[in-house]
Amino acid sequence: MAKDDLLGASLWDAYSNKVTTLMNNPQHQGEIFEGEAEKRGNKLIVADFGAESCGDAVRLYWEIDPKTDIIIDSKFKSFGCGTAIASSDVMTELCIGKTVQEAVKITNIDVEFALRDDPETPAVPPQKMHCSVMAYDVIKKAAGLYIGVDAESFEEEIIVCECARVSLTTLQEVIKLNDLTTIEQITDYTKAGGFCKSCIRPGGHEKREYYLVDILADTRKEMDEEKMKAAADAGGSANFEDMTLVQQIKAIDAEIDESIRQFLVMDGGDMEVIDIKSSDEYIDVYIRYLGACNGCASSSTGTLYAIESTLKEKLSKKIRVLPI
Amino acid sequence: MQVYLDNNATTMVDPLVVEVMLPFFSEIYGNPNSLHKIGTASHPAISKAIDQVYTALNAADADDIVFTSCATESNNWVLQSVFIDHVLNSDKNHIVTTEVEHPSILSTCKFLEEQGVKVTYLPVNGQGVVEAETVKAFITDKTALVSVMWASNETGMINPIAEIGEICKEKGVLFHSDAVQAVGKIPVDLQSVHVDFVSMSAHKFHGPKGVGALYIKNSQALSPLMHGGEHMGGRRSGTLNVPGIVGMGKAIELATTNIEETSAKIRVKRDRLEDAILELSDTFVVGDRDNRTPNTILISIRGVEGEGMLWDLNNGQIGASTGSACASEDLEANTVMLAIGADNELAHTGIRLSLSRFTTDSEVDYTITHFKDAVARLRAISSSFAIQKPTEGGEVQECELHHH
Repeated sequence: MAKDDLLGASLWDAYSNKVTTLMNNPQHQGEIFEGEAEKRGNKLIVADFGAESCGDAVRLYWEIDPKTDIIIDSKFKSFGCGTAIASSDVMTELCIGKTVQEAVKITNIDVEFALRDDPETPAVPPQKMHCSVMAYDVIKKAAGLYIGVDAESFEEEIIVCECARVSLTTLQEVIKLNDLTTIEQITDYTKAGGFCKSCIRPGGHEKREYYLVDILADTRKEMDEEKMKAAADAGGSANFEDMTLVQQIKAIDAEIDESIRQFLVMDGGDMEVIDIKSSDEYIDVYIRYLGACNGCASSSTGTLYAIESTLKEKLSKKIRVLPI
Repeated sequence: MQVYLDNNATTMVDPLVVEVMLPFFSEIYGNPNSLHKIGTASHPAISKAIDQVYTALNAADADDIVFTSCATESNNWVLQSVFIDHVLNSDKNHIVTTEVEHPSILSTCKFLEEQGVKVTYLPVNGQGVVEAETVKAFITDKTALVSVMWASNETGMINPIAEIGEICKEKGVLFHSDAVQAVGKIPVDLQSVHVDFVSMSAHKFHGPKGVGALYIKNSQALSPLMHGGEHMGGRRSGTLNVPGIVGMGKAIELATTNIEETSAKIRVKRDRLEDAILELSDTFVVGDRDNRTPNTILISIRGVEGEGMLWDLNNGQIGASTGSACASEDLEANTVMLAIGADNELAHTGIRLSLSRFTTDSEVDYTITHFKDAVARLRAISSSFAIQKPTEGGEVQECELHHH
């Protein structure tokens, strides 16, 4: 929130002139009929995407020359708002003259780009990117029908945010590389979740297979596990002060086992680590003497000094050993 | 011609209202709380406005009608103060409201839920009306408040406020009604129904924006929302919005004097517009006309998406409204539209036309022509009316897109 956000933007003011022009007068609106295409020796493909009860629906018509796979003509019908109609119109225009194999490479980003008045300014407000995604989806469906394969097979990777076409692997990498912790950061870095917002969390406009909240949580968990594993692998060479509490206790135990315990046991005693408290200045290691050490005169002088200096030397200069 | 058919959103300020307000900007501008006569000079006008509001609503002298900044404030005041008075400082923990309330009720209820209050959101029937029996069934001995809107902003449907009032009285539960869409459109007589709190807003009945009121029956206790300089008898602090109050008084007087006659005239135009649009195939209007505010039409046009329709009407200089999900910031279907049901289609094809006493017959004629042209153009583009069937396998089996 800031000055520019106080007065909510007008939705329609954010449409490009091209969106407005095509909504008012779509160029490729209409139908191609089976009989007509056949008469010209061509194949007609008609594909639907969406439904009126969903809020938007588009029907795409392709007349294809079966010898060359070239889309000779294309039309559309659309139940939707201005951006849906304009997106459908520009989609058909982008299809005409291309082979089916080329057309299937048209993405929603191409559709939105074709609607821009200038290359720098988005053609539609963020939440309306969804309309261009429908254009992309219906193209894949039509191509699948023509080639005889499932529309899903055209996707080479798992797309989490369809509006910005951000894949699962990209998201995982960006979160890891930049140590991202919030959804807002993910949107800033990748644009994912910045448009129709369906991919952020369940319950949005569209049901998704993957959600950013889950991807973030899973990736962060993975990162923590990796970090811990790295620390564990590094063992004694890792910086004691950066270890987790459990790692610190283990490191102290290991050190005691290695160079202290044998002397205590020889005198019929032992010790255990009770707790560790770290401050900027000190790392206080609370220990308890067991057996003969308990009450031994040296336990608060010589023995204690030996334990403390060993740990200081091997682990950290900040260590103080406090018997309780 | 420019036609304004969005009077449930806001209205034109009646020039007669502007006229009575004008002296209170630069001539009689003193603070009514001051001791000097420059301040007290506004007292007669404020008194008159108070009288005008009491008369318009047939409020008793023992009742309070406190001026606020708008109905959103009035609604917040009731809900938040009932929470403080009867939940935090007493043993109640439950509020009953409906799924179709204005956001100033629904969002406040969500906020109170976060504070631990239990809220029941009642459904509406196929007419968009909350049934009194439903309200009765959900009141428990923990219920602190029932809040049901008098009439719906989206559908214009009128709820059985008198019946609900009796139920609340019998059960000893406080009853609030957001009457923003009722005051000035239909008779509201606060001595013939039992309502504890009533919210209203001047700009919905040709008064100025920035002034509203809360009616409080029998001047009963309700902690203030706005603390400060003890204005309005300590009930609502903040220097009085003198021009606004004077304007609201005049506006409510103009809107309620001969209300039966005025609303009958509006209704004739509304019915004519509605009948003409219903001549189109595959259309339906929500709610029985006799139980609807006389100025409102909520119509669904199959195959024509609401925002697209609004776009074409706007190109024809007609201002209307849609509950379509596409026209909202978050693409979420309007909860009110979903609550009414109608196969979800209403959530995408609903267009609301709301008239006023300033709507003329020629504006209605103009709208009929443009409305029909827009439907014809958009249906020609619409996939819902396409003839050529999809290639085998190219059909949509079910709603692939959305969860609702």
